[in-house]
Amino acid sequence: MNEASNALPSLRSRLDALAVAGVRNLGIPLVAIAIFVGAWSLAARTIQVSFGSLPGPAAVATEIGHLWQDHQAERAREQAFYERQAERKKAFLEKNPAGEWKERKYAGRPTFFDQIGTSLKTVFTGFVIASLIAVPLGVLCGLSKTFNLAVNPFVQLFKPVSPLAWLPIVMILVSALYNPAHPLFEKAFLSSAITVALCSLWPTLINTALGVSSIDQDYLNVARVLRLGWFAKVWKIVLPASLPLIFTGLRLSLGVGWMVLIAAEMLAQNPGLGKFVWDMFQNGSSQTLAQIEVAVLVIGLIGFALDRAMLALQRAVSFGSQAR
Amino acid sequence: MSAFLDISYITKTYGAKSGPVTVVREFNLRVNRGEFIALIGHSGCGKSTVLSMVAGLQAPTTGAIILDGKEVTDAGPDRGVVFQSPCLLPWRTAYENVALGVDQVFFTSSRADRRAIVEYYLSVVGLADSMHKRPAELSQGMRQRVGIARAFALSPKMLLLDEPFGMLDSLTRFELQGVLLDLWQRDRTTALMVTHDVDEALFLADRVVMMTNGPEAGVGEILEVDFPRPRDRGTLLEDPHFYELRENLIGFLNERSHRKPVAGPPPSLVAAGYA
Ligand SMILES: Nc1ncnc2c1ncn2[C@@H]1O[C@H](COP(=O)(O)OP(=O)(O)OP(=O)(O)O)[C@@H](O)[C@H]1O
Ligand SMILES: [Mg+2]
Repeated sequence: MNEASNALPSLRSRLDALAVAGVRNLGIPLVAIAIFVGAWSLAARTIQVSFGSLPGPAAVATEIGHLWQDHQAERAREQAFYERQAERKKAFLEKNPAGEWKERKYAGRPTFFDQIGTSLKTVFTGFVIASLIAVPLGVLCGLSKTFNLAVNPFVQLFKPVSPLAWLPIVMILVSALYNPAHPLFEKAFLSSAITVALCSLWPTLINTALGVSSIDQDYLNVARVLRLGWFAKVWKIVLPASLPLIFTGLRLSLGVGWMVLIAAEMLAQNPGLGKFVWDMFQNGSSQTLAQIEVAVLVIGLIGFALDRAMLALQRAVSFGSQAR
Repeated sequence: MSAFLDISYITKTYGAKSGPVTVVREFNLRVNRGEFIALIGHSGCGKSTVLSMVAGLQAPTTGAIILDGKEVTDAGPDRGVVFQSPCLLPWRTAYENVALGVDQVFFTSSRADRRAIVEYYLSVVGLADSMHKRPAELSQGMRQRVGIARAFALSPKMLLLDEPFGMLDSLTRFELQGVLLDLWQRDRTTALMVTHDVDEALFLADRVVMMTNGPEAGVGEILEVDFPRPRDRGTLLEDPHFYELRENLIGFLNERSHRKPVAGPPPSLVAAGYA
């Protein structure tokens, strides 16, 4: 009885503390967002741009609805197209069974949501290319001082180069080198992906090299005592030991890649979010400006989600550091 | 007959910023097959340096180490090393840590045999129930058990232990000394163990090698510990001879260790009856 009455207040005070923390951690950001939205609508009402007023939060919310309806309508049109084509094919084959029917693809306009998909595909392609180059290179840099000295000037030289400078070179090279009869990828897609790769290579490369070169000497001694071969050493000791830093690098790389992608798509005219923004800008109406604002929010949200996903991965590979 | 392990006139000089420092100078030691040697000395005198040269992880600046008729030039699985910190690979379970070496050394054995070896040694050190835990989930003492199992599981020619129990509380230390002695009793692998615990040295070793203080440390004196085996801590503690030896060791560490080794034939040779 006595104990219960003692336990109750302490439980209550704990719950209170939790509630306070909850209100703070959730409440403050919410208030901040509310202030931002308020300031934004105020700005929208007061700032005049060439074609009227700056779209505010309400206009943006409506545009999200419009973009979604657009997407639905486009999908319906696509389905209708394929249904009609199927009917025509049937009729054609009934008339001349030996004849050859040529399937056609629906050549509709990509919607905003299609473009999100393309952007994600492009950024992941670039990111995978970058990782496949940067991780092995980083491991070699971390293992060999000589190799590191050889690679370092290039890292220092090319790391600060803007994607806008890479892109023309990449586009010209892609045009010159990639001319298959039945292209698997669009040239614009390849150019964007390669540009993303070129710019997002560096964080992974640098962090992998750092991770590998700072491996605990004790782990390497284990490899030496066991006389592990070079590949076994890298695979069983070096890579796992530097995974936390490799993933730190990958996370930074994906962030850089996503930022670079939008610029690359604008210039390369790859059908993604960057091109969407550019097209809307060319239209230059109040409605398209609102759509650009939607795009900005979506780009931010996707970037945030990518970062969280990578953070989760990074945590998953960071084994207890006290484990020695 | 030549010794199983012959450390002759090794000197180790590190190139420090303030000029080269000779940590160990003309260190001589001969160890017979099946002997358990304890290497004792003040902190920083160069015990780990000597051990890692025998392990082949560092090369002596001058002098040579000959193990079983072959000069030591590199590390290898014929010398099982138990490090000062167990340095298990944290992303591998206890089982996988031991298996890494077993799979490497006994690659010709069947998978089942290798599995049996790993499980046997982990059970002998008392980890049958925690084989599949990662180091982070194990206590210090349990990690050091894994370290011991990892070294013994390779059936090495020689065991090299660098203060394996230095980081443990005294209860765990006693327990693990027992575990180590039991394991060692089975096949009497020649062992060289660094310690700065006088009782530990007397309980485990056949001979205690006392190092003089660094820099330029060398072998000071060698003490024969002739208690019969298998040894029992209780009996040992009742034996007056134990306290004599203990006095002798402590006397060396407190008073005589700062003396430079006398010129002439190396004391290790005198003690081993070669000179
Ligand atoms: N890589 C190195 N470079 C320069 N000096 C070193 C290096 N490694 C060890 N030393 C020096 O050599 C001396 C002996 O070191 P060592 O680790 O062998 O001592 P120890 O007897 O094992 O000490 P402890 O009992 O504290 O483990 C120390 O003074 C240390 O500073
Ligand atoms: Mg040491």
